[in-house]
Amino acid sequence: MSAVGHEVHAHDEHGHDAHDHHHKQTFIEKYIFSLDHKMIAKQYLLTGTLMGIIGIIMSLLFRMQIAWPEESFTIFKVLLGDKFAPDGVMKNDIYLALVTIHGTIMVFFVLTAGLSGTFSNLLIPLQIGARDMASGFMNMVSYWLFFLSSVIMVCSLFVEAGPASAGWTIYPPLSALPQAIPGSGTGMTLWLVAMAIFIASSLMGSLNYVVTVINLRTKGMSMTRLPLTIWALFITAVIGILSFPVLLSAALLLIMDRSFGTSFFLSDIFIAGDVLHYQGGSPVLFEHLFWFLGHPEVYIVILPAMGLVSEIMTSNSRKPIFGYRAMIASILAIAFLSTIVWGHHMFISGMNPFLGSVFTFTTLLIAIPSAVKAFNWITTLWRGNLQMNPAMLFSIGFVSTFITGGLTGIILGDSTLDINVHDTYFVIAHFHLVMGISALYGMFAGIYHWYPKMYGRMLNKNLGYIHFWVTAVCAYGVFFPMHFIGMAGLPRRYYTNSAFPLFDELADVNVIITIFAIVGAAFQLVFLWNFFYSMFKGKRAVQNPWRSNTLEWTTPVEHIHGNWPGEIPEVYRWPYDYSKPGHDDDFVPQTVPMKEGEEELHH
Amino acid sequence: MTSLLVIAVLVLLGIAIWQLTKIFHLTQIGAATYNENSEVATDRDNSVNGYLMFGFLGFIYVFTIYALIEWGHFALGTPASAHGPQYDSLMATSMWLIFITQTITQFLLHYFAFKYRGKKGKVAFYYADNDKLEFIWTIIPVIVLAGLILYGLYAWTNIMFIDEEAKEDAIYVEVYAKQFSWEVRYAGKDGKLGKANVRYIEGVNTMGVDMGDANAQDDIPAGELHLPKGKQIIFKFRSQDVLHSAYMPHFRAQMNVVPGMVTQFGFVPTVTTDDMRQDAAIMKKVANINEIRSKKSAELVAKGESPLEPYTFDYLLLCNKICGASHYNMQMKIVVEDEATFNKWLSEKKTLAATVKESKEKPAAPAEGEAAPAAKPADSAAVKTDSTMVAQVIKK
Repeated sequence: MSAVGHEVHAHDEHGHDAHDHHHKQTFIEKYIFSLDHKMIAKQYLLTGTLMGIIGIIMSLLFRMQIAWPEESFTIFKVLLGDKFAPDGVMKNDIYLALVTIHGTIMVFFVLTAGLSGTFSNLLIPLQIGARDMASGFMNMVSYWLFFLSSVIMVCSLFVEAGPASAGWTIYPPLSALPQAIPGSGTGMTLWLVAMAIFIASSLMGSLNYVVTVINLRTKGMSMTRLPLTIWALFITAVIGILSFPVLLSAALLLIMDRSFGTSFFLSDIFIAGDVLHYQGGSPVLFEHLFWFLGHPEVYIVILPAMGLVSEIMTSNSRKPIFGYRAMIASILAIAFLSTIVWGHHMFISGMNPFLGSVFTFTTLLIAIPSAVKAFNWITTLWRGNLQMNPAMLFSIGFVSTFITGGLTGIILGDSTLDINVHDTYFVIAHFHLVMGISALYGMFAGIYHWYPKMYGRMLNKNLGYIHFWVTAVCAYGVFFPMHFIGMAGLPRRYYTNSAFPLFDELADVNVIITIFAIVGAAFQLVFLWNFFYSMFKGKRAVQNPWRSNTLEWTTPVEHIHGNWPGEIPEVYRWPYDYSKPGHDDDFVPQTVPMKEGEEELHH
Repeated sequence: MTSLLVIAVLVLLGIAIWQLTKIFHLTQIGAATYNENSEVATDRDNSVNGYLMFGFLGFIYVFTIYALIEWGHFALGTPASAHGPQYDSLMATSMWLIFITQTITQFLLHYFAFKYRGKKGKVAFYYADNDKLEFIWTIIPVIVLAGLILYGLYAWTNIMFIDEEAKEDAIYVEVYAKQFSWEVRYAGKDGKLGKANVRYIEGVNTMGVDMGDANAQDDIPAGELHLPKGKQIIFKFRSQDVLHSAYMPHFRAQMNVVPGMVTQFGFVPTVTTDDMRQDAAIMKKVANINEIRSKKSAELVAKGESPLEPYTFDYLLLCNKICGASHYNMQMKIVVEDEATFNKWLSEKKTLAATVKESKEKPAAPAEGEAAPAAKPADSAAVKTDSTMVAQVIKK
């Protein structure tokens, strides 16, 4: 079935190719309103990187405030202005705004759009052997909606009363009432608008990815010959389609409550000396709707990283991935379970405790496929011939932080234990390691590995090594100590901890964390330099620099619309025949036919 | 001065990067190129980074041990509630498991990265599958997690579902949240909290208690949370504006406070404030904190500011759900004392009815205390009729 689809498509595209030879694309067609998935991938990556820079700078600002509470810094004055930082001392409402927007930007704009947007667009057509996405136009619209939503989100930073500051989870009533916090005025409106557009963008992208993977695989590319990257990106798109609309509905109902006086989430409120008219709504309903997306969202963030890491790790280990089918099964299991565990964010929200029991059960179940994946990665390294390229280092780093961060999930997923560590720094440590840092590592690994494919040049590996080692040390330096201050009962989102003498002994640790954060962030400049410098001055890449098996390395280094100059290659084997006995090279690309009598493993 | 320091740091960082690049570069001189393209890892790179991986394992271990020694005492210490020890033992079990798994898996990961670092001419072992192995590491987490789930659910049921027998002489306390402070209301002699809604807020009746409700007549408001040792306390939480979370870390207790509904949590306090102050770990903690504070005070005095007060231990109620600009300072002191002291303290408090009456200076309010027998037989604790969603279920 897929083969038929592909042939029709290929035929179509040949027509286009012929057409392109006559008309050279204009600048706008090629770089701005491009329909080519490779260009769109680069657009996603650049936008995501810019948003990432904003998000990280914000985290540095509020980390400085936590480490040195209410001290004056020139940088606060410069970046926040006199209103939010009089005399260079950060004010408490802008602190909450920074925390909120940092979370929003990192989760949605960097790790959802920047990570899965970039690599889904780049890799899906290239690795399944398609000339482009199923709908190039929709793909372009998807990117431009994402861009629009980024612009609106950034604009919201300049609103007079300040940007949204109710936390990235925007729980009402705080997010619904400007009387409760100034950021819940125009800032929150813009936040909601930006997110609504973002969701539209994400849905268009995801639909495209799913259709492309199902219909446009090249001849011989059965589902069990797909690289794990594609499996991960495919399932990510499916989860996105299932859960993002729920967030859209939550956002719409919240907009109704805010602007049109409905009472979906609000009830019995007395604020600023007045009783408001709201009656009968429940903030807990919002929490359910939010986390119905919010939890799958963390898998939307981490699954693509898992996929990239699986691919990079095998290629650099010169060894097949261990347990290919188990890896697919665990992706499916994680995806399924991810939609029925959202309640673990709400153990103490006031919902019926019986539900807490159910969600504890489903949540701890998710540890099983996660453990299988971790063990399989470790076994993939065993007796390999590890090529320590920067991408490989980040992949190993990914497994390390994924384990460290994932293990504490056993505590937070247990409703009983959650009682006392809920919303403390323990939670921050957990989710930053397991989805923040891990997903970033996955993204870095992907960038180092596929940079030659994207830009036709190589990234400088020595800068890559420096980038990795400093980042690896600093990431642990920032988030590992947070477990301890969390166990001490320190709540998150506190502007300063000086209001409680009990927390005085934690002050030094907060300084250490902030210093690690600043150093770690400073060394991201090494990466940025490498990234932009190599774009123009990097060493020219060869066609298959990592000697990998997957299809993207059979395309020419120079990008062409349609990916392959001639016929789309046919696939004869799975993508993980590294160091297979009986072959001359230690890799056998998917396009190499099986030798006579060669055994195809039941992987 | 600061800017000079910043520049100096930047320059030093720059030099560090430059030198590091040079080191990495030097390691590559004379190394055979694996690939004609020089940005691909060479044998030297593999070796250097392989060793660094092993070093990183050391870093993780040393950092963990350092953290445990230096920061291990941050933990909250002796639990002050009846369910606390069970909570702590579940936490300890989980922590042991985590540490063991972490130590082993990180070792394997980094050791393999070191041991199997690439060399030209080496061939990796073509090893794609082993059902037995995969079965083993699926079944081990299944068994371990099954144990943890059962233990966890057992504890959860114990904590969240309060028995009827305990309800008999339980003390009902309403904890009322607003931006950015707490109030409490005791049920009084009748053991029943009067109904309330924000629409009744007026003057001194800041919690919106329905003064027309017979159960409300003997309710006693307070600005400090006192609890008798050894009695079942059942908290009813209400908020007048946004979400808050009542976090009482020393009691291993937390529940969100949700406007428009009543949430619930219950525990039995087991250690009085005075006894806790004599607890060895707490005394050490307090001494440590006071040392820090006196150092800070000395600095403040040198700057001409007033010094910090020395710290004495108290139980705390903190807000732990982002609730607005001053979220960071929404707290209330909790005092646990023996029953007699508690009763004395409570009896000296004025009832809400009396306060309201005083403030209005009109005799319309019905007699207090005596109204108890006339209370409706409905769920004693239900403050509002639509509060069907409660976070703890009372077993009937």
